[in-house]
Amino acid sequence: MPKDSSIKKVLVIGSGPIVIGQAAEFDYSGTQACRAIKEEGIDVVLVNSNPATIMTDKDTADQTYIEPLTAEYLEKVIAKERPDSLIAGMGGQTGLNIACELYDKGILDKYGVKVIGTSIESIKEGEDRDSFKRLMARTNQPMIQGEIVNTVEDACGFAEKIGYPVIVRPAYTLGGTGGGIAENRHELEEIATQGIHLSRVGQILIERCIRGWKEIEFEVIRDGAGNCITVCSMENVDPVGVHTGDSIVVAPAQTLADKEYQMLRKAAIDIINSIEIKGGCNVQFALNPNSFEYAVIEINPRVSRSSALASKATGYPIAKIGAKIALGYNLDEIKNAVTGKTYACFEPALDYCVVKIPKWPFDKFFGAKRQLGTKMMATGEVMAIGNSFESALLKGIRSLEIKQFTLMREFSEHHNMAGLKHRVVVPDDERMFDLAEMIRRDYRMEKICEITGMDPWFVKKISNIVRMEEELKDYTLDTLTPEVLRKYKKIGFADEGIAQIIGCTGDQVREKREELGIRPVYKMVDTCAGEFEAVSPYYYSTYDEENEAVPSGRRKVMVLGSGPIRIGQGIEFDYCSVHSIQALKKMGIETIIINNNPETVSTDFDTSDRLYFEPLTEEDVYSIIELEKPEGVILQFGGQTAIKLANFLDRMNVPILGTKPKYIDEAEDREKFDAVLEKLHIKRPKGRGVWTLEEGIREAEELGYPLLVRPSYVLGGQGMEITHNEKELVQYLEDAFKKDQDNPVLIDRYLGGRELEVDAICDGADVFIPGIMEHLERAGIHSGDSVSIYPPQNVPEDIKEKIMDVTRRIAVEMKVIGMINIQFIEFRGELYIIEVNPRSSRTVPYITKVTGVPVIDLATRVMLGESLKSMGYGSGISPEASMVAVKVPVFSTEKLPMVEVSLGPEMRSTGEVLGVGRTFEEAIYKGFVAAATTIPREGSTILATIRDLDKPNFLPLAKRFDAMGCRFIATGGTAEFLKENGIKVRTAKKIGEGVPNVLDVIRSGVCDLIIDVPKKGNDKGSDGFKIRRCASECSITLMTSLDTVGALVSVMEQKLTPADTEVISVKEIK
Amino acid sequence: MQTSKPARLILENGAEFSGTAFGYIHDTVGEVVFTTNMTGYQETLTDPSFCGQIVVMTYPLIGNYGVNFEDMEADAPALSAFVVREMCDYPSNFRTEMDLDGFLRQNKIVGLQGIDTRALTRMIRESGCMRGIITTKELSEGAVKKKLDSLDNSDVISRVSCKKSYKIKGEGTKIAFIDMGCKAGILRDLKSRGCEITVFPYNAKPKEILKSKPDLVFISNGPGDPKDVPETVETVKELIGKAPLCGICMGHQIIGMALGCSTEKLKFGHHGGNHPVKNLETGRVYISSQNHNYILSDYPEGVEELYVNVNDGTCEGIKHKELPIRSVQFHPEASPGPLDTGFIFDDFLTLVKGGGENA
Repeated sequence: MPKDSSIKKVLVIGSGPIVIGQAAEFDYSGTQACRAIKEEGIDVVLVNSNPATIMTDKDTADQTYIEPLTAEYLEKVIAKERPDSLIAGMGGQTGLNIACELYDKGILDKYGVKVIGTSIESIKEGEDRDSFKRLMARTNQPMIQGEIVNTVEDACGFAEKIGYPVIVRPAYTLGGTGGGIAENRHELEEIATQGIHLSRVGQILIERCIRGWKEIEFEVIRDGAGNCITVCSMENVDPVGVHTGDSIVVAPAQTLADKEYQMLRKAAIDIINSIEIKGGCNVQFALNPNSFEYAVIEINPRVSRSSALASKATGYPIAKIGAKIALGYNLDEIKNAVTGKTYACFEPALDYCVVKIPKWPFDKFFGAKRQLGTKMMATGEVMAIGNSFESALLKGIRSLEIKQFTLMREFSEHHNMAGLKHRVVVPDDERMFDLAEMIRRDYRMEKICEITGMDPWFVKKISNIVRMEEELKDYTLDTLTPEVLRKYKKIGFADEGIAQIIGCTGDQVREKREELGIRPVYKMVDTCAGEFEAVSPYYYSTYDEENEAVPSGRRKVMVLGSGPIRIGQGIEFDYCSVHSIQALKKMGIETIIINNNPETVSTDFDTSDRLYFEPLTEEDVYSIIELEKPEGVILQFGGQTAIKLANFLDRMNVPILGTKPKYIDEAEDREKFDAVLEKLHIKRPKGRGVWTLEEGIREAEELGYPLLVRPSYVLGGQGMEITHNEKELVQYLEDAFKKDQDNPVLIDRYLGGRELEVDAICDGADVFIPGIMEHLERAGIHSGDSVSIYPPQNVPEDIKEKIMDVTRRIAVEMKVIGMINIQFIEFRGELYIIEVNPRSSRTVPYITKVTGVPVIDLATRVMLGESLKSMGYGSGISPEASMVAVKVPVFSTEKLPMVEVSLGPEMRSTGEVLGVGRTFEEAIYKGFVAAATTIPREGSTILATIRDLDKPNFLPLAKRFDAMGCRFIATGGTAEFLKENGIKVRTAKKIGEGVPNVLDVIRSGVCDLIIDVPKKGNDKGSDGFKIRRCASECSITLMTSLDTVGALVSVMEQKLTPADTEVISVKEIK
Repeated sequence: MQTSKPARLILENGAEFSGTAFGYIHDTVGEVVFTTNMTGYQETLTDPSFCGQIVVMTYPLIGNYGVNFEDMEADAPALSAFVVREMCDYPSNFRTEMDLDGFLRQNKIVGLQGIDTRALTRMIRESGCMRGIITTKELSEGAVKKKLDSLDNSDVISRVSCKKSYKIKGEGTKIAFIDMGCKAGILRDLKSRGCEITVFPYNAKPKEILKSKPDLVFISNGPGDPKDVPETVETVKELIGKAPLCGICMGHQIIGMALGCSTEKLKFGHHGGNHPVKNLETGRVYISSQNHNYILSDYPEGVEELYVNVNDGTCEGIKHKELPIRSVQFHPEASPGPLDTGFIFDDFLTLVKGGGENA
């Protein structure tokens, strides 16, 4: 059937802030869907609360609303825009849930909005565990024995019937949040309680544990005529038991014979036929490795993390095709854009192997419980393509940026065999290395398979790498023959990895390799294994014979991407990379991107002129540069991942566009940076780098407490702390020097002032600031975790002028060409600099959208030689908007056991939302709503535990809460304090004082808000830590800074409701 | 004997690919074709339709799940050589009985691994099917040419067709099955529908076939060019109007020729499990398994196209407007490949009871 001509205006719902389990993949698929609909001449109305996305650009949709993803706000947008259709499956679980809610509440009916693509009935059939079970029974599809329960007692009852261990899965949650494997009744009680609480419908599924079965996924697409294809099969290297999002995944499936493959493929198609999916759907199976017995685990009737991976792994744009199907097209009417000749109605054939490896946040969260299970913990992922499993795996490992170029990991080497054995049985993020270490020590492969449940095929592949690593130890750089070197390159070893083993530098291996003419060639991802000529320039490297990536003779520039999503380096950088590419394209320059993150828009096959899906290491990047010979490389938009390569590329005489590496270094090197500030007479909090404990204590005495301490090279405030006294300082320094003796620890005086931030563009002479951002929380809280306000609400003109002046002087002095980000503290009327980043920052998408200044476009053109003046901008600050836009951070700490929750100098948020309003209160109200912050009302209960230092500051806030009829619960000191000051309070027992104590109070669900201002973060033994963890795991709004609480009180006093606020499209922000 | 040895694939255009021989190492010649199936190498290996061909797998990792004796499409492989990028010597699957290397060795088939199979595939795509030799020796240009010219695939059907007729018991429809080098999967699908099957060699006479009083005559798949078996075409011509006819792949081509269609050779054929075919009556599209180098064209009066390939518009199935005759170019029996078109067997069986819609 051709396009449904009754569709004129489509509402697309995004997935909201980046959280664990729902990340950048929905920016990729949502953006693709919006474009696919728009190119048909149909209007797109988009609602997504996440300002960091490409999707929420003013041009992705016809009308873009960065508004809270709640039914109330969606209704307001619908009433304003009057779309005739809604496409539900493009915004992850969040988008799907809201679509269902709009349908259930009759809002869609009320405004005559029809659901296109997969219907709500089908979605519910696939999502609701009960009806899904009935459906599976009806279609004769086996499922794991399980039962849906609403109470912990029923859960235990059923578990005792089928026997432990059992798996707990809550209904309607992201990334399996709140699920887990329970080995006994005690564990089940705990997991079930949490699961029931976290499920939107209070339901959990208890099921038979099938650990060790293979986990296989199919991505399936079906059109309105019933035509069905499978895009890709995927096999988890980690068997059932580890969440797919935390598994190493390989595509296509490697260990299935055709009979098993076709059996599961047919089952997948039968299922989506029976629920009449119209669009994309993901089907997950468990397959008994010793028979044909299989079971359907679940389906996702929408685009997903897996569909993004499948799209990138095959070149088949699932979201785009899904959108076209929703518009009425059948698969055989949609062209395959990759070949330009064939149609979307075919199944991609791969002639390479794809490996996805999750990127976990444990390098940032020391002390987190790293054990992998049914709850997803990864923040992002890398994908690698090779023509062997070994090469794809090795590429993936070096893409993780965990300084691993081989399977040899020091941490694993330190364990004895018993320790390693334990570690591989109870998997964590380092299982691959532990396993390799066991093989290295001659532990039997068969036994590894038995204790891990991993398929022997995968273990054998890992052992191939280990064996080659061991054999390589017999060589030196001089004895390495061309044949041997070629063999290692072919199997996927990195120069750096070879160097580490034979004892030389990566440069030496590279030089030898180049001398011998051993260079990679690039093969195309073409959806058809070479059967048809393809037009999409999407490449990966191999050490084969024929190179398919023939460079053009055009003027070209390379942009380096930012790799996997991690805390501190998120989707914002992909936004910047993509915009830089768009700017270059507009200038008529050929664009080349290198990136390894399958979840991104930058790795969509039609974003750049040429896409290299490769690791972002020195070797991999340089090989592509040698082939393509671009006129310049842009590093500023790829976060620390790209900036890290600056010195190397400079050394290799690769032209770097924008700020030169020498000056980048100047900003990151404390002493050089101090010299610059000194020269310019610009103030910064006093401090310096120390190399020993004694030096540190001496310095501290001079500066006076509190002090801000951190390692010298940092990303996202990693390892940064505020120490209030010598004892804390000593502990910090001892730890820091134990971890790294080669770099100093920086000690600064801590100034508790107002934090301000700018992103600016400099062309060498002029400096343009799109807008100044004010942080709600005072200094000491990482800028990425602060509520950020534009335009600033409390900053006098003279300070703004000073900011402009200082920014201009620093940028010019440091010879910045392109982007610079500066963070300031305004403390007692003085302006201090705390940080300078000579690159694009995470606030760029936000400031671009709220000021309307095309920041990346300007910066890119400046890097290519244009001046700000010639583009109609000069030095100065863009006129401030009259509306207020507030960025509110969003956290995923409930998914990361034993991770500190309180705000501090170390960044913890995974995403952000934006609230736009006519006043500050309206904007932050929307921001809070979008971030799912509970805003207390009359009669709400607030649990408070406040450190002594802040009790006086808390009192006025407490009085305002009290005046609005809120009730307090507090422990010991805080309760006493409130009582003394005439505020009614119920005292809860401290954790050590018996039951029911404060944790029981939290778990009972009576609290609407928890205010906990800690003495010191990250102290796992403390009551505060447990209270905060408990709040987080029970999804109760927790605030740890009184500044945030202050804003919340103001919002409450306004008594705002969604009805009092209007929805504002990005184009309307002024 | 040696289990691996440096070897080369030399094509008639002069291109050479150096790799390592495995399996039963000896020099061989064949027509080089590629297949894009990602699973099912065992079915491919044992599919008689590949007789006389050097088969290149485009998927690089082959042998992962070994070989078992349940998934055989014939008792032994009929292809000339098997070319893969990486042969797996450590298969893993609960049904694995042999590894790929051993299976080829026992069946006297040479394997070649370690070459840039994608470059080879692209070359075949650009230049079309070519003859090629696999050799472990240094050969002069003349010797290569001599070896290439020695290739004669005109008798491949006689090599893989059964030599004598035989019966497969059943209670249902009586089928006379002309074996052009059939895959076991086709017989499996007919058996599972209860058919009583008499299998005839490709050169069986019409009288002999009719003597079995078939409800339906089925012409199977097989290797090579249908023009090389004029005797079978003649036989089928005589059967037209005397019994319902159906066929798959080679069988489809033979039925077409018997009805007066022409055949054409495709540049490099269709070999894989991802080909979309469209039913022109219903508009439905199915993903099918395919393995052919020739297609039907120029349909005479009375014959119409029922299925076409969505990618290149070539003929994928025909039916006769009045007579109970139907055939498909693709493989509804799958093995290897998707099971989406298994209903074709039921369609065929409807021809019998006069139940074919146009019968």
